[in-house]
Amino acid sequence: MAMKVYSRPQSIVDMPFHYCPGCHHGLIHGLVAEAIDELEIAKKTVGVGPVGCGVFVYDYIDTDMIQASHGRAPAVATGVKRALPESIVFTYQGDGDLAAIGTSEIIHAAARGENITVIFVNNAIFGMTGGQTAPTTLVGQTTTTAPQGRLEEVEGAPIQVCEMLNTLQKPAMISRVSVHNPANIMKAKKRIKSAFQYQLEGRGFTFVEVLSSCPTNWRMSPLDALRFIDKKMSAYYPIQDFRMPEGGR
Amino acid sequence: MAEKVLMKGNEAIAEAAIRAGCQCFFGYPITPQNELIEYMARELPKAGGTFLQCESEIGAINMVFGASSAGVRAMTSSSSPGISLKQEGISYIAGAQLPAVIVNIVRCGPGLGGILPSQSDYFQSTRSGGHGDYRLLVLAPNSVQELADLTVLAFEKADEYRNPVMILGDGILGQMMEPVVLPEVTSSKVDKPWATTGKGDRSQCNLVSSLFLNPEELEQHNLLLQSKYKKMKEQDTRWESYLTEDAEIIIVAYGSAARLSMAAVNMARQQGLKVGLIRPITLFPFPEQPIREAAEKGTPFLAVELSTGQMVEDVRLSVEGRSPVYFYGRCGGVVPDPKEILEQLILRLRSQEGLKKGTKGGAA
Ligand SMILES: Cc1ncc(C[n+]2csc(CCOP(=O)(O)OP(=O)(O)O)c2C)c(N)n1
Ligand code: SF4
Repeated sequence: MAMKVYSRPQSIVDMPFHYCPGCHHGLIHGLVAEAIDELEIAKKTVGVGPVGCGVFVYDYIDTDMIQASHGRAPAVATGVKRALPESIVFTYQGDGDLAAIGTSEIIHAAARGENITVIFVNNAIFGMTGGQTAPTTLVGQTTTTAPQGRLEEVEGAPIQVCEMLNTLQKPAMISRVSVHNPANIMKAKKRIKSAFQYQLEGRGFTFVEVLSSCPTNWRMSPLDALRFIDKKMSAYYPIQDFRMPEGGR
Repeated sequence: MAEKVLMKGNEAIAEAAIRAGCQCFFGYPITPQNELIEYMARELPKAGGTFLQCESEIGAINMVFGASSAGVRAMTSSSSPGISLKQEGISYIAGAQLPAVIVNIVRCGPGLGGILPSQSDYFQSTRSGGHGDYRLLVLAPNSVQELADLTVLAFEKADEYRNPVMILGDGILGQMMEPVVLPEVTSSKVDKPWATTGKGDRSQCNLVSSLFLNPEELEQHNLLLQSKYKKMKEQDTRWESYLTEDAEIIIVAYGSAARLSMAAVNMARQQGLKVGLIRPITLFPFPEQPIREAAEKGTPFLAVELSTGQMVEDVRLSVEGRSPVYFYGRCGGVVPDPKEILEQLILRLRSQEGLKKGTKGGAA
């Protein structure tokens, strides 16, 4: 007898994604939606989207949504959460959004221990604007604004956001996951769900960085992009839990 | 009857906002409006609201964006350089059709400038200070009483139009103390079915966004915004006319400059000079009608501002060449003496007489 093992999460709208083939944004949307479904929080969740390829997250995740300006989602989320403390608030942000223009907002939301969940999609590049250097672009990685590859002497070293936020006192959970193979996807799913669970329990700021691919702007096949995450990205951005709340995990 | 209390302008705004049901206040310190955020820090939590000192003005305005999306009355305040930083967020708030109250207690610029009072942010406030084709309703109080009353009005109008409203004061108004009857507000609860409060039992999710990639849709959105501004012009243009009926010259001035000008008008009248004052209370929409009506009779105008001349452009636009428009302003935090303004009035009246007689009067 046929058995259904997987179906579209309820909190994902039934429509085709606009993302490029092999892009992980859609998959990560799915994981967020599954977490929302399993915790049964869809009716009280407000999502805040970024500027970047994920800007249309509001079309796909079936909760109330806000489209914030570039990098400011953590401040917008702060406003929502302060206005409605009973709601579940998450931001969904790329690395250009969060680690370049939005560094101030993310650091201060984390430092306040704002009771929100941040899903940070790190694809080491500016996707939407056509593949320019991000603060997370690896040394040597070529981009349209680093045609010879990122030079540490010129552009400095890539920012490891989890490590940076981990110097702060207040965050409850900081974790880096990846979605480049099924085992990692399973773990990513668990961490994203935990992050929402901890918010529900009022434990404070929860942060999940997801290593993600951009085959289009990396100029790679989707398969090579997975290998790039496995070999190169996860070497500089170790997949690990940096901090879990007491009694967490 | 409500009791009269002595209060600083900045504090009167804060108290009126609390009474108007402001639930969230987000701010970042800057002189000369610090009493406002300090009052909020002290009193808003007692009234059940949330005060937060933010990491920056950019953080503050985006927190207002979030809280307003969530359906509560939200406010921020700052002074000129801080308002510049908020412009990106103000554009997004206008684009997303969110209510918000933004207070600008203007100091002098450009750049870090100085902390003294000025009116040099007129253009930034009445045109779209940020990117895109949008406007704010801009209220220009001239007394502590009006700071309080217009703050309540600002919250009401912001909700009514789903548009940011700016209260444009300056360092004199923010810092001065005057007796004020604090407004009694009966109801601040407004139905906001569009708010992102979590879907709850709604069948549709709510979305707060200013993104329209389809040009026809964005055009429609822009036209919708324009229709709000038209409605503001029709229903919410406010001004005060003082001794204009028989006036041979009319001063146009707002805020602190209007107070100084009022004193000059009174001095002039004592000397038998027929002068009047039109005081715009809304800077957008600008009170074109009373100015146009006087211009049709050929009455000249003297715009008085604490700047090198910004509002005077709106006076000229209203006059449309029908009568002369003169300007007098001081800047950099220098505040003119009413006697100085009186001298300007006399000078302009003489030059008008000269023009009438066909002789060369004082330069325009
Ligand atoms: C204030 C501002 N500056 C720049 C831009 C242009 N812009 C749009 S998306 C983007 C980069 C987004 O990159 P990232 O956050 O890494 O997201 P991705 O597209 O890779 O998912 C930039 C610079 C903008 N919209 N607003
Ligand atoms: S450009 Fe990159 S991040 Fe954007 S949709 Fe395509 S693959 Fe995904």
